[in-house]
Amino acid sequence: MSPEPLSIVDAGAALRSGESTAVGLLASVLSRAEMTESELHCYLNLDREGASRAAASADEELERGVDRGALHGIPVAVKDNMCTRGLETTCSSQILSGYLPPYDATAVARLREAGAVIIGKTNLDEFAMGSSTENSAYGPTRNPWDTERVPGGSSGGSAAAVAAGSALGALGSDTGGSIRQPASLCGIVGMKPTYGLVSRYGLVAFASSLDQIGPLTRTVTDAAVLLAAVAGHDPADATSYSGPLPDFAAGLHAGVEGLKIGVVRELNGEGYQAEVSEATGDMLNRLSAQGAEVVEVSLPMFDVALSAYYLIAPAECSANLARFDGMRYGLSIKGPTAAATMAATRAEGFGPEVIRRILLGTYALSAGYFDAFYGQAQKVRSMLQSEFEAAYRKVDVLVSPASPTTAFRLGERTQDPLAMYLSDICTIPSNLSGHPAISVPISLDSKGLPIGFQVMAPALGEQVMFRVAAEVERLAGFGALPAPALAPPTRVPL
Amino acid sequence: MNWAPVIGIEVHVELDTASKMFCGCRVSFGDPPNTNVCPVCLALPGSLPVPNREAIERIIRLGLALNCRINPGSVFHRKNYYYADLPKNYQISQFDIPVCVDGWLDVESDEGSFRVGIERVHMEEDTGKSVHVGEGGRIHTAAETLVDFNRAGTPLVEIVSRPDLRSAADARAYTQELRAVVAETGVSDARMERGSVRFDANVSIRPPQSQKLGVKVEIKNMNSFRSLEKAIRAEVDRQVELVEAGEKVVMETRHWDESAGITHGMRTKEGSSDYRYFTEPDLAPMVFSESWVQEARSQIPELPARRRERYRHLGLNPGSARVLAGSEPDLRGLFEDAVESGAAPVPAANWVTGDITASLRRRNACLGDVPLHGEDLAALTAMVSQGRISARAARQVLEGVMDGEGSPTRVARARNLEQISDQAALEQVVEEVMSAHSQAVERYRSGEKKVRGFLVGQVMRATSGRADPRAVNQILSTRL
Repeated sequence: MSPEPLSIVDAGAALRSGESTAVGLLASVLSRAEMTESELHCYLNLDREGASRAAASADEELERGVDRGALHGIPVAVKDNMCTRGLETTCSSQILSGYLPPYDATAVARLREAGAVIIGKTNLDEFAMGSSTENSAYGPTRNPWDTERVPGGSSGGSAAAVAAGSALGALGSDTGGSIRQPASLCGIVGMKPTYGLVSRYGLVAFASSLDQIGPLTRTVTDAAVLLAAVAGHDPADATSYSGPLPDFAAGLHAGVEGLKIGVVRELNGEGYQAEVSEATGDMLNRLSAQGAEVVEVSLPMFDVALSAYYLIAPAECSANLARFDGMRYGLSIKGPTAAATMAATRAEGFGPEVIRRILLGTYALSAGYFDAFYGQAQKVRSMLQSEFEAAYRKVDVLVSPASPTTAFRLGERTQDPLAMYLSDICTIPSNLSGHPAISVPISLDSKGLPIGFQVMAPALGEQVMFRVAAEVERLAGFGALPAPALAPPTRVPL
Repeated sequence: MNWAPVIGIEVHVELDTASKMFCGCRVSFGDPPNTNVCPVCLALPGSLPVPNREAIERIIRLGLALNCRINPGSVFHRKNYYYADLPKNYQISQFDIPVCVDGWLDVESDEGSFRVGIERVHMEEDTGKSVHVGEGGRIHTAAETLVDFNRAGTPLVEIVSRPDLRSAADARAYTQELRAVVAETGVSDARMERGSVRFDANVSIRPPQSQKLGVKVEIKNMNSFRSLEKAIRAEVDRQVELVEAGEKVVMETRHWDESAGITHGMRTKEGSSDYRYFTEPDLAPMVFSESWVQEARSQIPELPARRRERYRHLGLNPGSARVLAGSEPDLRGLFEDAVESGAAPVPAANWVTGDITASLRRRNACLGDVPLHGEDLAALTAMVSQGRISARAARQVLEGVMDGEGSPTRVARARNLEQISDQAALEQVVEEVMSAHSQAVERYRSGEKKVRGFLVGQVMRATSGRADPRAVNQILSTRL
């Protein structure tokens, strides 16, 4: 018997041709998990029982001719900061240890509605704060390409699971790069949609104005398919986009001829691994050879985007995380008064990075400091948005590396928060602008670690973004490159 | 030395919309604890607020009724502070761009009328309710505190006045007027006994001629007009005593203790606390179209100030106009209907605010319980002014009508209360009285003029009070 397929599209075809069953796909994915989890620790919680029921039900429905579409019977993983009804949701924090949400996040509910089989909840940096998945209260996740290295973060569990084949696709959340950066470090595709495209209802908030749920998959097509299943207006999220949705997969085979591609000057040079810059330049040459017009574009505000982000995101997080006070749910360390209980619970329940960001944010919002910090950061944000808009009047997409370096070693940056924060320098601008962006693996560095290429597009420009990304994927032929046993390659049709 | 108080009031009004401000839970009162709750109002992880359009419509209507400018757009902010009955540990409120700004309210009291500036009217959400268990239910002595989140997320409007009030009595008159506007615009039932309306007051004192404001103290926890007035009096007294003893008033927040009749300093100085306001990222800025505002304007009914003015134009004196304009809508309706049916406004108003109100109170009934209508009141006033019944008989007629005995004419006839103004009949009675009391007639004729009153009384007695006193006097004059 041939191994089960690893892309959503291939698996869907196999299900419908009768080569596979949902139960069989699940078994294959779970056996991959059994093989790899002790080394990788992608999952905080594998829901074997729930997944088995969902897979059996999918097979039964497909048998009857009830076809819910591309995700029907497909095993997917969900980052553990999205609420799953009756299934523990911890955000990798002690403060939510044992917490059972009474409801499903909208994105999760839509996955179920689409017939997807939810395998379990994946590891993350606590409350999605981090770039390496080392800030998990339940231990780090390791990179399938090199287990001495981090998978990136904060959606490191989702990225590593997809790379290792213990899920065919996964949902992550991206506040400053938390989907794209781990996708880049794990050699898979990761995409952050336009702000508002996917409902945030049930996503445990880190920074509300930046958070977006998005897909992590092995192919660009899969990303478009997974996005289509979860996108769309949700009356429970007041910031949710209510207009018509484009057909994300419509331009996937259209190529790049006639498109204008802007290379962001600020996202290169000092601090960038030479091999990353070379691979990026190489891809630009190939895109140019395919008929794209490649031009250099300067967005000076990119140089201060990181600073603005590290004021805005902590400020919002300082309020968003205030509800974890030991009063109604989660960890509660009883003190003599309500205030003492809150203080003790929070001191015990939050890890150091979360506490650092709450303190930073509280400070940035304080009377007397507000204008200099939070207020200034908001100004930078709106100037950055203007620069983006001006650039998109000249080019169709902007491109850059997805991460300045390939995967780094565990512990390498944990003692230096600033070095860790720099991991997101390429991805943060699109969060501040609310625009869509995707990371596509293009090659390996000399250590055999994946290099990701980022395509950014204007608001609701997912179609052109996927179109360019698909061409990048085709030109890179990444699936044909040598990969270690823990990260089996996907064959992408050339 | 004399001291002049300067007072500003913050009024919180809970709206009685069907659902809460940011979720679909029912707005309720008196339901079992924690039964009208959901992930949003309990602040479960991942939940998000969605604003209640009806609540926004109501605050716009209220702002217009308070002569405010409606901002073309408005923004929600997060007000950050930790408290066990505040589930998110921030309150969604408004900061620098409230829905309504720069209004005023005209107030009338026994001491005259005055205008109070309204700085702003903004939208926010209520907290849960802490229930202190054990030892008299007081926070400092409670064995434990339970929280009921049924109230959490109830739409709350805050109306902030300018420091335009100069006495505790003015503060009371202002808040009563404001409550009437809130109730009559239909934005809230404004039930005081349920805590739907709550007051905070900012109080300072200064020398009478001074233009400079003194150090202000915020007093909290008043939920009746009476306690507001008492709390302000107590606080003004406290500040005067302090200053006259050579001490300084410090800026702070104080808690009104209703039972002790004094204000207590709060342990935490909220005056110095920092709420770290910032724009609520879960909610898009609101935009109010001109047509939406116009629509809200069209839904404002006649308000007390306008009604008082109209009543004065009908000839009512200011006091009477004020009392009637502030009375229950059904009573005002009776008055309006009576005038419509031809009643003279002044006696009709007197009947409504006097005997009718008193009778209803005696009966422990409301107007809807008794068969008294505008045309009845019009008929009654006509019968009195035409001399068909005496003022005293009219009261009995009223009772009869309210008892369901029929129209005033019918009651007067059935109860035999119509005045005798028939000249011949009266002359005969006078004749009889004069002959029965010939001594009295003699005394009158010999100059004892006050005996005349006795004779009139005897005529009235002989007719069971139905004789028209004017006619009796006339006849007596000619006969004596």
